[in-house]
Amino acid sequence: MPEVMINTRPARVLVTKIGLDGHDRGSRVVAAALRDAGMEVVYTGPWQSIPDVVKLATEEDVDVIGISSLATDHLLVPKLMRALQEADMAHVGVVVGGIVPDDEEAMLREAGVDRVFHPGSKLDEIVEFVRRRAGEAQQHPERL
Amino acid sequence: MSEAADDRINRLVERITAGDTAALARAITAVEAARPAASQLLARLQPRVGRAMTVGFTGPPGVGKSTLISAFVKEMRKRGETVAVLAVDPSSPVSGGAILGDRVRMAEHAGDEGVFIRSIASRGHLGGLSRTTSRVADLVDAAGFDVVVIETVGAGQSEVEVAGIAQTTIVVTSPGAGDDVQAIKAGILEVADILVVNKADMEGAKQARRALKAMLSLRVKGHLEVPVIDTVAIRGEGIEKLADAVGRNHERAAPADRDAARRERFVALLAECVEQACQSRLKALDGDQLERLQDAVERGEREADAIAAAIMDGGLASAVS
Repeated sequence: MPEVMINTRPARVLVTKIGLDGHDRGSRVVAAALRDAGMEVVYTGPWQSIPDVVKLATEEDVDVIGISSLATDHLLVPKLMRALQEADMAHVGVVVGGIVPDDEEAMLREAGVDRVFHPGSKLDEIVEFVRRRAGEAQQHPERL
Repeated sequence: MSEAADDRINRLVERITAGDTAALARAITAVEAARPAASQLLARLQPRVGRAMTVGFTGPPGVGKSTLISAFVKEMRKRGETVAVLAVDPSSPVSGGAILGDRVRMAEHAGDEGVFIRSIASRGHLGGLSRTTSRVADLVDAAGFDVVVIETVGAGQSEVEVAGIAQTTIVVTSPGAGDDVQAIKAGILEVADILVVNKADMEGAKQARRALKAMLSLRVKGHLEVPVIDTVAIRGEGIEKLADAVGRNHERAAPADRDAARRERFVALLAECVEQACQSRLKALDGDQLERLQDAVERGEREADAIAAAIMDGGLASAVS
């Protein structure tokens, strides 16, 4: 019997909102699309703090974090990226969706965000990207 | 098993027992995915299993299980206990995906280092839990949490599996949801150590309570008394009483009962392993082989039972030939 059996598992994704904005319609639509694509989506609702998101992502062992931002909350994302790094969670993918001005996208990418989805993004496109990024996260060397 | 892999498991055991939640979380993922190394990890942790007080919450959807658990966790934290919560939600039978939303109601514990919450998708398993929930419960138990709380998917009459894992099973219902009490009367009531009428400030609470008591009075003698507790989880009312009742239930279990429960769990674990092994043998059959077997059965030349027996004897080739 081979020592390592390849067992695929569903991608685990955290869909959440940081900051003070409570408009969660977009995050719900994306969460439902990811579920329909066979992923396990941990959904939290809005108003999460950055330390809470880090702890939650750790406990849930997610592969990708999706942050929905419609009212400047994306400006908090670089802080989240640093917190993830400090918590040894740099392997987790981070995508941001919502209203992000073009000139601020570069800032997010520099902070380590994998992708920014603007209004008009196709759900298929989001699903495909998240699936691929989750696959990468699952290759983490510390996995059993 | 290679030395490197062995080392990795040893390190993981060390980290988990030292309270490293990231290591625990990754181990849970491995157990859920049925990785072979996960079995070895669990075996290594087995001597540490059995210290936690395990409490299961089940009941129909919408009665307030998650909110009640959140309030219960708060009470246990007040009493100085650390708590792990395993919250099971259903997977879609179509896509296999799941929205795991129990955390929405448990947000107040998000920042508490003494609380570990893990959402679990049922992944097609019936009975109110996922196939591996029992093993995940062992993991968090071994990690040193004082209390392990298991929340089933919104359950009706047959989702009683949690009773085989938890030392105390709490069946939650609420008034006003019409036939809730009706729905829980068949299977689920028999496994309850404690009954909770949540949303007890709503109209119909008294009737719900009366109906539960009436059903309890119909049970055959020999059962331990089942307390019926009113709660308003969202305001924290009745939660101290509930926590006290859980403590009493934990203490009243006789050693013989505990041994019997452990034996029952062990048998269930073995049964699950056998099932897993059978499933993986079945998966090893390719389309052609399956077709030949199906033809033979449909023509009445072979019996499905006999084929199954041959597969289980390890003679996949003989089953097909």
